[in-house]
Amino acid sequence: MDFSLTEEQQLLQDSINQFIEREYTFDDRKKFLDSEKGFNEENWKTFGSLGWLGMPFSEDDGGYNGGPVDVMVIMENLGKGLIVEPYVPSILLSGKILADQGSDDQKSNYLHPMISGEKIITFAYIEPQSRFTLSDCLTKATASDNGFVLDGYKALVHNASASDTLIVSARTSGSQCDEKGISLFLVDTNAKGVSLRNYSTIDGGKASELTLENVSVSRESLLGEMDEGFTAIDDAIDLATLGICAEAVGIMGKMNEMTLEYTKTREQFEQKLSQFQALQHRMVDNFMHYEQSKSLLVMCAAKMNDNTEDKKKALASLKYQIGLSGKHIGEESIQLHGGMGVTDEMHIGHYFKRLTTIRTLYGNSDYHLSNYASL
Amino acid sequence: MYNDVVYFALNYRGVLMNLSFSKEDQEFQQEVRSFIEQNYPSEIKEKQDQGIPLSKEDTVKWHKILNDKGWLAVNWPEELGGTGWTITQKHIFQNELAAANTPTLMPFGVNMCGPVIYTFGSDEQKEFHLPKILNGDIWWCQGYSEPGSGSDLASLKTKAEKKGDVYVVNGAKTWTTLAQHADWIFCLVRTDGSGKKQEGISFLLIDMKTPGVEVKPIITIDGTHEVNMVYFDNVEVPVTNLVGEEGFGWSIAKFLLAHERTGIAGIPSLKRELDRLRDITTQIQVGEGSLKDDAMFMSKLDRLEIKLTAAEYTELRTLAAMSAGGHPGPESSILKILGTDLQQELSDLFVEAVGYYAHPFMTEEDLASNESRIGPDFAAPVMPHYLNYRKVSIYGGSNEIQRNVIAKAVLGL
Repeated sequence: MDFSLTEEQQLLQDSINQFIEREYTFDDRKKFLDSEKGFNEENWKTFGSLGWLGMPFSEDDGGYNGGPVDVMVIMENLGKGLIVEPYVPSILLSGKILADQGSDDQKSNYLHPMISGEKIITFAYIEPQSRFTLSDCLTKATASDNGFVLDGYKALVHNASASDTLIVSARTSGSQCDEKGISLFLVDTNAKGVSLRNYSTIDGGKASELTLENVSVSRESLLGEMDEGFTAIDDAIDLATLGICAEAVGIMGKMNEMTLEYTKTREQFEQKLSQFQALQHRMVDNFMHYEQSKSLLVMCAAKMNDNTEDKKKALASLKYQIGLSGKHIGEESIQLHGGMGVTDEMHIGHYFKRLTTIRTLYGNSDYHLSNYASL
Repeated sequence: MYNDVVYFALNYRGVLMNLSFSKEDQEFQQEVRSFIEQNYPSEIKEKQDQGIPLSKEDTVKWHKILNDKGWLAVNWPEELGGTGWTITQKHIFQNELAAANTPTLMPFGVNMCGPVIYTFGSDEQKEFHLPKILNGDIWWCQGYSEPGSGSDLASLKTKAEKKGDVYVVNGAKTWTTLAQHADWIFCLVRTDGSGKKQEGISFLLIDMKTPGVEVKPIITIDGTHEVNMVYFDNVEVPVTNLVGEEGFGWSIAKFLLAHERTGIAGIPSLKRELDRLRDITTQIQVGEGSLKDDAMFMSKLDRLEIKLTAAEYTELRTLAAMSAGGHPGPESSILKILGTDLQQELSDLFVEAVGYYAHPFMTEEDLASNESRIGPDFAAPVMPHYLNYRKVSIYGGSNEIQRNVIAKAVLGL
């Protein structure tokens, strides 16, 4: 048994931390958030040149053959810096789908430029009624003379406005919640009939509600086999779930650090807050939540290539725990900061908001607990 | 910029963290399994599986079987009779013992007094005591807590006054587990009352047969006699029974507490018991189905299982860090809290599972008797166990004390 990072993974971790220290102060971050795209394109290109964008992909696909542990290292450290660049929607979701399902042409037109940082591609699969059920898909694709016509509505499409291309899930056969009958399509964001209603999300991100009205796409836009898109969606969401859980662990570690620092500075009743035993024990509980989450994260990263049931069970355990610990650490950190914790000025609240959205993303604790029970 | 990572970007080789067992480890696992199958006495196994309390003889018997194989003092240095196993092997061994439901061995000799003696003791102490601990010839108990000294252990008052070549010991120890069976007791005693309270404490080995030692039972809320008061009335102890220097007792106590906390989580047994509870839910009738159909109950069980997995991997991470850096540190405090929380929650879920049949008062004698039990067999030990396990968050440094330790040593508060 070995839990240690390789020298190269250590180096990867160091490079991310250096980047955050030099290029991603909170003032920098605020500027990125306030820009039209909601993140900084130069950063994204830097990520590409440093190899972070290609990490999860095979050498043949232009990547670095990284595994789940490498994804964990990247996301945990991006979490510490509260990075808003679209690593999850573009690399872990769309990239994974393209790598698994893409034809050679599709890979060279979409995946390769994505890995180099030139193209951003997001994944549109959530629908207003689908909640966390991945097979719930009402958006329809009908075969036409030249290809397909797409009609429907997708919710919470992250970074859609900054994306060149969307991967859209649509039903080509079967009924609303059937796993079979879902197909995936590459759709140009500027195509006729595509309209986006853009908004900011509470965690500093950008997302859109997407309406597809009579959108014509070519036959070559079909990604993977017709009717068989579900497994690709499921696999991509699994990888992204590992990713956001690692991000959450990075965030929780950072929040604990910031809270400790704050209580060591702030004085009340002629004492540092950190000297009150009632508060000390609560910070110990936060620390234990962090350790439990980190343990399940490490376990899950190591089990991502195991057989499906072991992997699913590990993911369900992890995401359940992240929901639980995210709530605990998030709320306690704000409370321990007192009134300052609810101000926009303090960093803690921004970490809290991202952690809170992660609790719901790809299924909340209840959803994953019931997944766990069904395995 | 970022020149240091160019190498990385060009030459990256992702390596998967390896948490699986090697071929050698799998063979070792098989070896342990077959050993247990061939050597675990059936009459002890039967008692264990039915929740019948074991006698001292049962426990000693299993102790000797492991010792004959050389598998008793797992953590001792190899030259003193330890195994020299890797952390993975130790992990496998503990898991296999727990899965087979073998008796829990008394920790006081092998895990506590032994390491103290081989680390701090004199050559004479090592020669006399270590073989007897391994053989199970001497049964040890632990004299730490006193009526006035619980969590504030350093305030202890049991006095040892040096008179010629003996210490004269006066005072009282409490919560002494299984002192009624013990041959020797290791004690923290006060040899100096003048300075800082931690500095005047010494570590003394006392033969229980010495005149002036008296053991009185304390009956706990589960109705059992597990713990005792031990009184010392002018007990004369040879000065050669002092371990280390006078005043060195507190350092030894801290050394021991760290050792005690790692095993205290009891994760392998928790896994076995949780599986057993899952199995029991299919045997408990509810209407036309079983408790297994009760989603509310099963959800609590699932949550507990995830918490257990988190604790298991926290322990593995701690062990891995330890193998790199030596002794267990304050991290073991986390395991004590996590493990004992789980033990208590699981004992409560058992009570909840069996419903009304947790109510009949089953004494140790009832459990051991041949008469059929009231209610299902699995229900009888459940409530005594729940009651007994209130102790786990209190002993070994209460969980509040553990939080103090983490706050100070890990969080730097």
